[in-house]
Amino acid sequence: MTFDCRIAIVGAGPAGISAGVRAARRGVSHVLIERSPHLNDTIFKFQKKKHVMATPEILPLRSDLAFAESSREELIANWETGAADATVNLRLETEVTAIARGEAGGFALRLGTGDTLTAETVVLAIGVQGNLNKLKVPGAELPLVQYQLDDPEEYQGEEIAVIGAGDAGIENALALAANNVVTMVNTGSDFPRAKPANADLIEAAIKRGDIQHVTDAKVTTIEPGCLVLDVKDGQTRLKCDRIIARIGAAPPSRFIESCGIHLSSPTAYPEVSDTYESQVPGLYIIGSLAGCRVIKPCLNQGYEVVEYILGNRLLPADEPLIQAKLDETKVPGSVADLLAAVRRLPLFQSLTPLEIREILIHAQLHRKSPGEVVIRRGEYANSVFSILEGEVGMQPKPDKPKELIRMAAGDFFGELALLSGRRRTRTIVATAPSLLLEVDRNTMVRLVRSVPEIRQAIDAVAVGRYLRVFFAPGLDDAQLADVVRSAAVVEFKPGDMLIEEGARDDSIYFIRRGSVTISGRFDGREVVRDYIPAGNYVGEMALLMQTPRSATVRAAVATEAIRIDGAAFRMLLDRTPELRRQVEKNLQERLGLRQRLLSGAAEIRKIDFLVRQGVSEATDVLLIDESLCVRCDNCEKACAETHQGVSRLNREAGPTYATLHVPTSCRHCEHPYCMQDCPPDAIHRAPDGEVYIADNCIGCGNCERNCPYGVIQMAALPPAKPGILAWLLWGQGNGPGEDRSPAALAARTGAKHAVKCDMCKDIASGPACVRACPTGAAIRAAPEKFIDVIREARE
Amino acid sequence: MSLGDRADAAAGSVTRADRHESFLVYARFRFLKIAMAAMAAAVLLYAADKPDGGRFGGTWAGWTLGIVAALLIVWLTWFGYRKRSYRKPEANLVAWLSAHVYLGLALLVIATLHTGFYFGWNIHTLAYVLMCLVIASGAFGVFCYVRYPRRMTENRRELTLRQMLGRIASFDEELHKAALGVADQPAAVIRDAIEKTVVGGSLRQQLLGHYPGCATAVALTYFGRADIAASVAQAAEIRKIRMLLEEKALLLARARRDISFKAMLEVWLYIHVPLTFALLAALLAHIVAVLYLW
Repeated sequence: MTFDCRIAIVGAGPAGISAGVRAARRGVSHVLIERSPHLNDTIFKFQKKKHVMATPEILPLRSDLAFAESSREELIANWETGAADATVNLRLETEVTAIARGEAGGFALRLGTGDTLTAETVVLAIGVQGNLNKLKVPGAELPLVQYQLDDPEEYQGEEIAVIGAGDAGIENALALAANNVVTMVNTGSDFPRAKPANADLIEAAIKRGDIQHVTDAKVTTIEPGCLVLDVKDGQTRLKCDRIIARIGAAPPSRFIESCGIHLSSPTAYPEVSDTYESQVPGLYIIGSLAGCRVIKPCLNQGYEVVEYILGNRLLPADEPLIQAKLDETKVPGSVADLLAAVRRLPLFQSLTPLEIREILIHAQLHRKSPGEVVIRRGEYANSVFSILEGEVGMQPKPDKPKELIRMAAGDFFGELALLSGRRRTRTIVATAPSLLLEVDRNTMVRLVRSVPEIRQAIDAVAVGRYLRVFFAPGLDDAQLADVVRSAAVVEFKPGDMLIEEGARDDSIYFIRRGSVTISGRFDGREVVRDYIPAGNYVGEMALLMQTPRSATVRAAVATEAIRIDGAAFRMLLDRTPELRRQVEKNLQERLGLRQRLLSGAAEIRKIDFLVRQGVSEATDVLLIDESLCVRCDNCEKACAETHQGVSRLNREAGPTYATLHVPTSCRHCEHPYCMQDCPPDAIHRAPDGEVYIADNCIGCGNCERNCPYGVIQMAALPPAKPGILAWLLWGQGNGPGEDRSPAALAARTGAKHAVKCDMCKDIASGPACVRACPTGAAIRAAPEKFIDVIREARE
Repeated sequence: MSLGDRADAAAGSVTRADRHESFLVYARFRFLKIAMAAMAAAVLLYAADKPDGGRFGGTWAGWTLGIVAALLIVWLTWFGYRKRSYRKPEANLVAWLSAHVYLGLALLVIATLHTGFYFGWNIHTLAYVLMCLVIASGAFGVFCYVRYPRRMTENRRELTLRQMLGRIASFDEELHKAALGVADQPAAVIRDAIEKTVVGGSLRQQLLGHYPGCATAVALTYFGRADIAASVAQAAEIRKIRMLLEEKALLLARARRDISFKAMLEVWLYIHVPLTFALLAALLAHIVAVLYLW
């Protein structure tokens, strides 16, 4: 039996092109089939000049295609040349509609053109984008409708309707609004599907009037120059020159299943072997469809899959990296054993081996002897740990380190602080010789967001964990079963009410992310009287005392809480006196502390002001008491002098209430917006909580755009200047502080990088701005200290 | 944070300055107490020494007080350098300022006792007088530091000076448009109000916040006259101009007050610092004179 070719590669993204070039270089008969009219459709759709990183840096590149950090344009051009030089047999604008097993082995690929092509093996590299959803209304075929936006600059002065309130729609609308009249057509009234930073940006643009917003709208018809919508109060006609519909994509799962591949769930990645072979022998899957999201490993897979098909048993490119981690920690066994062990962990069991490999490249293995501290209470979390072997113990009570809650192989820990974005609440020590896997923050945040099974695994242990940590370490799973069943994870938007004053419900809430405010009526208006950050609980008083709610509790920022049903919890209390005693004891302590609640009108208004300024998602805020501040700006000068001549704080800017001033300076957010989209992963959180930008910043400006507080600036560094004595004695230079004169700014010739406050983490004596304040006006405080700050303030 | 941390916080187990505390009350008046002790010691020393020829700088007590005072002067001057040494790991600047203020005041007593109340028309008394002036200007600085910051905030009401000036400029734009609809003479008055209004001005103006003959005030008086409108249609126009001028005048007063406060917070340094250097020179001359020429 002869086939049209030995290898048919479907999809010409990074993985597909790399496979095609490898096949061509090896002289194997092949074809590379691509639906779109060009190579690299996904990268083609990146915004123009987008900077593409070649990460992970430590991973060697083994593709025939060159790949280094470059712009979108360079990348596309390089790979087109690469494919042409290798004389890849390329068929563009050809869709594969079905792949079936051939009668005599091999595969038959049905093409959109109606032809059939046979191949001995097939490499699927079609990515996960799937097919863009299209509008299904009369007029959808009109030329004014389009489903993607390559270059927003192309359109000027048009009236454009953007349909779809997801990230793609929002990004398009924002980009177009600079030069066009843009209307966002939204089926709802806000932007729940979008990344928080995008939602904030579009809401701000709507508020400013830069973008019109049609809410609760349903598209009914499209006419030339006009979009007809059903809205709340009837039908409306929206005049427009262009309609951009970004209404998601159908996942390729149906196509994959039609090829005979079984998927465990519609969102799961198909299972592949070490050689990227799927359950269907001869059908290989590589690239993002196999769970690989980063370009460089995709290129490697393209190379490797061809070698595997040719019978060459290469080790994967990341094998030595993972092996090195094993060797470092003197773990006997192979990478395959480690992969298998990680896959057995409840947290990661839903991931494919390729996904686990990607995690392992960034993860760390630790060997710990009994008594060694693994995580320390009070430090900020940058990772989550899983126990591969051995046992660890958590100290539920800081003052009684001997009392331990034990966790065994398979358990994970450290996720509470990662979710809350705050300090670790408990110290954990190894209690037996242990092997631990530490997965970094960024990977974990992505996994929690994108893999429902991981979220579920975390939620499943959450209730028990909170109850044991806060109240009764000795509780076992059987005792907790009813409470766990009654518990639910609830999300609150800023301002949403968890508990209403006077209500008679009696649930308890564990705040696991975000923060809440306790408020009461004052002067006929609801004002904030206390602030409770994540890692705490509220609502037990009504339950224990069987009284109506004594105060209103609202989410200060987007907040996630675990709600435990009052009835179930009361039953548990009745059954376990130990628990009841502890809960009551904690309440007594709390009531004692609550006396610190503010009572004076001026004080209440101040805390109310601070919470409304959004400082509640901060971990550390610069606060200036303006009744002490003599406006000498020594804080700014100190900042510039200790940070390469560029001040990262603006003393004068920022809101003020009475004499309390919040200058424009980094608040070191619980969940830093700046970290969300940093291509070189240069923004980190130090153990003491400082969010800082490392030297590998590429100056792309994403963090500056994402920061809602405007505390990051793109700046080139000024040249070194004469020392302080040279200025004091001989008048050389402009003296301390940042010189922002036009001449000085012009002298800054280097590349711009993002600069922000790092809370002087490298200066042993603490933040220079605070230390340089001569009058005691400047302090840095965590939100939970605000109440003390305000109460002690001179009135 | 958990309940446990809250208890920690309430117990005050914090390492960093995390509450607002003025340099005057710093560390429960630690430096005031030290200064009082130093002054008391100086008085005791002065009282204990009863030389035959009367008390003056040349007795053993005089020498002791003189050396202490001179070292104190050098150390107090060092503050100007310390204030700008941002990487120093030692105490916060607020501690230094607290010490600077209270020990500076103590210096007055120590140095006065050093003189033994011998004064004359010579370099020695010049050094003493300069020192008194430096201390007096510093005391005035403390007074300003206590008095003006709060007033400044109250006056600003969330507007920065730049924002105030921006708003004044937009009132000027409105006035400029309004001037097109009135006769030549009132238009000239408006033009003056736009072009000749001074916000900062001379040092005297800045300090006193007093601007005699301010073009905006003149215009306001002019448009406040009842007989200025020639017709009913114009009356509305005039009313609008008057309103704009009133708002501008209010904002102008705020901006000028802000500048005046800022000037008060800074001006004393222009006396304090140069006099300090004059004092150092005189002190050196005094010491040289005493050592070699006495």
